Order: sequence, then structure tokens, then C-alpha cells
Amino acid sequence: MVSEKSNSGWYFLFAVLTLYMVAYLFSPEKILSSLDFFSALILKLVPVFVLIFALLAFANYFVKPKLLAAHMGHDSGPKGWILAVLAGIISTGPIYMWYPLLNDMQKHGVRNGLLSAFLYARAVKVPLFPILILYFGLTYTVLLSAAIIIAAPLQGLLTEKLMELFENENNRIV
Amino acid sequence: MVHFLDFDLILLSLKKAANSLWGTLPVLIGAILLISFANSFIPKEVYSSLFSGNPLIDPLIGSILGSILAGNPSTSYILGGELADSNVSLLAVTAFLVSWVTVGFLQFPAEALLLGKRFALSRNIAAFLFSIIVAIAVSSVVGAW
Repeated sequence: MVSEKSNSGWYFLFAVLTLYMVAYLFSPEKILSSLDFFSALILKLVPVFVLIFALLAFANYFVKPKLLAAHMGHDSGPKGWILAVLAGIISTGPIYMWYPLLNDMQKHGVRNGLLSAFLYARAVKVPLFPILILYFGLTYTVLLSAAIIIAAPLQGLLTEKLMELFENENNRIV
Repeated sequence: MVHFLDFDLILLSLKKAANSLWGTLPVLIGAILLISFANSFIPKEVYSSLFSGNPLIDPLIGSILGSILAGNPSTSYILGGELADSNVSLLAVTAFLVSWVTVGFLQFPAEALLLGKRFALSRNIAAFLFSIIVAIAVSSVVGAW
């Protein structure tokens, strides 16, 4: 897991940049089109980045680890799941923009299943409903959204079970 | 909770937020570069040619395709609409739409670096399985509607 002092993030970026440089030798026009797409995406993401920064600062100021653990910790119960799903539905921007905030929450003891349910519930995109309705109809849109909301906590629980399974496997190998 | 307007704490909170974002910046930029790379190197016409019409295999292909591809969900709706127009089953299209937003193959390195390998692997496997379960549930109800 990346921390403020870890260099693994920079190694990852270096690996991706190396991929770009190698691919440029074979297909420069596609790399230029990738860079165009990249800059357009970055510009589109600036507001989300500002929102994440504000949320991180807000969380640092108001939310103390004890409070977070009480509402979204291991003993948070149904309230934690409801909070995670609702937060997922109202969250905006791409999934990876939320990793820094979730990393912070994870360090403060928020249950992994809730983080997973949050990420799953992000599939309900209320502002994009008109496009979904246009292509697939209202009935489909309502059913799909309801199914995702019901599935989110179950998927969170499965994530936790799989994490336990992988940990046990690791312990057995060690 | 804390008292409002503690300026030292505000500064500290802003500094901590900036440090957190700075620490994750190379991972985020790397993930966005990877998504841009895939967007330019995989032509859109390839997608519909991958489906065979097999009711058992197509949802799996839909989920795999949605997991690999990334981008704005509205793009997935438009692509999904085009797939449905090319007679790809609703089950496969739904699996594709759900996995597009919930499973992240290209984002996996970033997720593993920031939230842990075990979490990223477990979450993506669970989300992949649930993209098929949700697709089966939705398409059976829509079919029976």
C-alpha cells in the first residue's frame, strides 16, 4: 500500500511512461492521440480533484478516527452499509479519484466491506439517468439501479470474505 | 467533533490533505495515462465482434470487456446501446455496463498501491462476480416484464 514516504507510486508512473516511450517508437500518432485524450481527461478531472481535496481537508478537520470507527467501523452495523451505499451513489468522478480518500479512511479503521460497497454503489449514476433511459428505457434503469443498490452490501461482504480467505492462504503458505 | 474555526487545525488539515494527494498523485496520473493509452490503441469496432451469441459465454465476455475498458459511464451506455442494437443479449450488455463501472483492470495497479493488493484483488473479483449476478437478475425481470 502506498504511503506518503513510499516510492512505489513513482515507480508505477515511471513504468507507464516507459510504456508510452516504447509505444511511441512504433506508433507515434496513437501516442499523440493518447496524450490528447489524457490532457482532456485531466482538465475534466480538475473539479473532482478540488472536491476530493476539500473532502480530505474537511475529514481531517472534523472527523476523528473514533467517530469514523463508530459510524463505519467493524461494529457500525446496518447504518454503516446505508452510509456507504448513499455516499457511493452521490459521489462523482472516476473511481480512481476516490482512492486517496478511501486510503485515508482505511487507515482510520473504516471497514473494508464498506469501502468496497461504496465503490460498487458508484455504479448508480443519477445524473446520467437520462442517457440510460434513452438507450434502455425507464423500467430497465429503475431495475438496474435497484439491483446495484441491493448488491452493493453483498459485494462488500464477499470482498471481506475473500480478503479473509487470501489472508488464511498466505498464512498457510508462510 | 471539534470547535469551529481553529485556524491552526485548519492549516494542519489542509496540509495533511495536500500531503495525501501529493502521495497519490503519481498513481492517479499513471492510471489516467493507462486509460488514455487503452482508449487510443483499442478500436471501438472490436467490441461487438467479440460476442458470439452464446447465452452462457456472452455475459462472461460482457463482464470481461467492461472490466478491461475504462472511461466515463456515459460512454458505456452508448457502447452498450450499440451492442444491444447489434443483437447482443441484454444479459451480456448489462454485465458489460455494470462491470465497466465496478471492476477496474486498468485501475488495478493504482487501487492495489493505495488500498492494498489483497483489498484490490478481493474487491475486483467480488465486483466481477456481482456484475454477472446483477445482469442475470435484471435481464430475467425485464424479460418477464
